[in-house]
Amino acid sequence: MPSKISISNLNFYYGKEQALYDISLEIPAREVVAFIGPSGCGKSTFLRTLNRMNDTIPIARVEGSVLIDGKDIYAPGTDVVALRRKVGMVFQKSNPFPKSIYENVAYGIRINRMHKNKADLKERVEKALNDAALLGEVKDRMNTSAFGLSGGQQQRLCIARALAVQPEVVLMDEPASALDPIATQKIEELIVELKKQYTIVIVTHNMQQAARVSDRTAFFMLGKLIEFNATQKIFTNPDEKMTEDYVTGKFG
Amino acid sequence: MTTLTAACAVFAIVILLIILSYIAVRGITSINLEFLVDTPKPVGEGGGIGNAIVGSVMMTLLATLIGLPIGIGAGVYMAEFGNNWFGSTVRFISDTLIGIPSIIIGIFIYTLVVLPMGRQSGLAGGLALAIIMIPIVARTTEEMIRLVPNSMREAALALGAPQWRVIWNIVLPAASAGIATGVMLAIARISGETAPLLFTALNSRFYNYFFDQPMSSLTVQIYNYATGPFDIEHNMAWAATLILVGLILTINIAVRYLTRKRF
Repeated sequence: MPSKISISNLNFYYGKEQALYDISLEIPAREVVAFIGPSGCGKSTFLRTLNRMNDTIPIARVEGSVLIDGKDIYAPGTDVVALRRKVGMVFQKSNPFPKSIYENVAYGIRINRMHKNKADLKERVEKALNDAALLGEVKDRMNTSAFGLSGGQQQRLCIARALAVQPEVVLMDEPASALDPIATQKIEELIVELKKQYTIVIVTHNMQQAARVSDRTAFFMLGKLIEFNATQKIFTNPDEKMTEDYVTGKFG
Repeated sequence: MTTLTAACAVFAIVILLIILSYIAVRGITSINLEFLVDTPKPVGEGGGIGNAIVGSVMMTLLATLIGLPIGIGAGVYMAEFGNNWFGSTVRFISDTLIGIPSIIIGIFIYTLVVLPMGRQSGLAGGLALAIIMIPIVARTTEEMIRLVPNSMREAALALGAPQWRVIWNIVLPAASAGIATGVMLAIARISGETAPLLFTALNSRFYNYFFDQPMSSLTVQIYNYATGPFDIEHNMAWAATLILVGLILTINIAVRYLTRKRF
């Protein structure tokens, strides 16, 4: 099966400081891949190289290649705006816009001019909210502030906002780390559901979460990829001693 | 601690209330329709401040039309792109400009606009006020934009929004209430300025709707009435002051209403 995302020999630098070392990784389509590892190991930085979010940091520098559907996203002349539409992102802290629930989801559709008319826009917004398992809870208050929602609802709203522009890949940077167990469970169920349509890459601190939602897991340490394997294998019989020590809680 | 700070708060507000009520008491008796629409007349023949109100409004409007977009634009630049030597320079110059006595800006415009034009004008007055306004608006805009969390910019960028749309649709609306406060303070400040108008707009005894002519303003008119020898003139100065304060208050309330937090 061809990979959706194919990363080879990726090095990443913040100025002179090297943050990622020679990472090569194949992410298959319509699977959930989890990145685990201790804080500061570079997993978030790595995630952000996949939609070029690190471009906003002036001193950041990337070497190596990231192919998405066979195209190098770091090739000169790449349309970063189109790339980010294709590779959506959900952040650690829910970050709705100071707008209504409806306008939050509609924003991406509007700026990318994806809708034919008002009715179409409404349909797309509702579909995205439905895909994010939020529609039932908000359909009576679409025009109220997004900040009136609970933390878990705000995070699902952010997922809906990302889904509304019909991405192919969804990157999630610790999407449930600020949520309580029930809200977390909802997000996890949602991730498993979304796998049918999207390729999902999730960074998580929570190893049980990685075990529950992902098909494959990558373990990072100090900017290096230590092991990338089927999730089941990582958590039961990893190839590397360091992985075993980490997942069994000997350090980290 | 609470008592001490509360006492300071009361002191601050009481002084303001005393000033406001004194202006109201002294001013209210001389206000009537004739005073509001008439032009100044020789002492004892009545007269009013109609042309001064129009002049003040026109020059403030001109200054705002020039100062607002430039000030906000400069503020956006300093906040979003200004982490370099140029940004720091602009920031330093803005801070210096805020501290410059306004009469110096009046002299600057006198040299730059009034002398070449050969006469004082509403245009020169408006330009002087705009120059006072720009750094205030720029610095407040910058501060307010810096308060918008970066996560919001990232969210919009991640949806495929180009940078100008992120600033236009997300950052500026999120900062609008704060920017409006800065704009309001700037408008209040320039509508209370006398010194930069004295030799730029000068004054006029007539209604004047053209920016190439000398123009009357409330502040200069207040100055003229207040420095006159007669009691009747002093009363008119108080009344004009009350009108000026009322105008500024109205602008404040209107801007607050227009930029109130909806979400």
